[in-house]
Amino acid sequence: MYAANFLVLAAALFCFGVFGVIARKNAVMVLMSIELILNSVNLNLVAFALMNGVTIDGHVFALFIIAIAAAEVGVGLAMVLLIYRNRRTIALDELSEMKG
Amino acid sequence: MLALIAQASTANDVGVNVAQNVAFYIIAALMVWSAFRVVTTDNVVHAALWLAVVLVGVAAQFILAAAEFVAISQVLVYIGAVMVLFLFGIMLTRASVGSEDKVNLNNQGWAIGIPVALAMFGVLVYAVIDAFEDSVLIEPSAEQIAGTTTAISDGYLGPYLIPFIALSFVLLAAAIGAIVLARKD
Repeated sequence: MYAANFLVLAAALFCFGVFGVIARKNAVMVLMSIELILNSVNLNLVAFALMNGVTIDGHVFALFIIAIAAAEVGVGLAMVLLIYRNRRTIALDELSEMKG
Repeated sequence: MLALIAQASTANDVGVNVAQNVAFYIIAALMVWSAFRVVTTDNVVHAALWLAVVLVGVAAQFILAAAEFVAISQVLVYIGAVMVLFLFGIMLTRASVGSEDKVNLNNQGWAIGIPVALAMFGVLVYAVIDAFEDSVLIEPSAEQIAGTTTAISDGYLGPYLIPFIALSFVLLAAAIGAIVLARKD
């Protein structure tokens, strides 16, 4: 298995995630796109673990990222719920009070 | 990429496993299509379910890369917990679920994302091919695969102990923060 297989697949997932973050209006869908990005990084790390000898560091970092992603989704969705409760909308382009 | 595939079909001496490659490309095609649907579908719930397909595909790729502990964690954490959180978030924010009320889920300037994503993909693929064209992933032996989970636990309780404890505090802070944010007073 060539390392570039995993890395190109991860690059594709990353770019879909970036597109979703830019294009989507619904805050929950932006969080989903961020999950795509984090998963692509996990694929890279697990592939790197097999590149220079069989090491375990990539797996450890991938597990760290999984835990951080879970925390991020929890806090992010709590913020989205708070915004929805105060504004009755989670469309990101309508949250523009800070604009000068 | 095409050159790599052609190379992979001829280079049996560098440890390229054909079955592994075939499984990789099937799962990869499924994942790319599902990721495309996540960012293009008009239905929020469908996007969450397509995202679940991508996450299952990532878990399958982890197994192909001999990382079965990470794969199981992926299934437990992402498909078990994070997907339920997403579905709850969709439900509680009353996003339009059915296809009967067509709402535009995209920003006004969403089309700018296409050139940005394509340019980024081009740069990334160029960099990856340039740097890792010939590097082959090692196929671990059965003993090495069997010792993966042991090695991960040794890592967590050895050199990665401090980051592990810090991560525990991050998770605790995130849980408390989420409760504080979402609580109704």
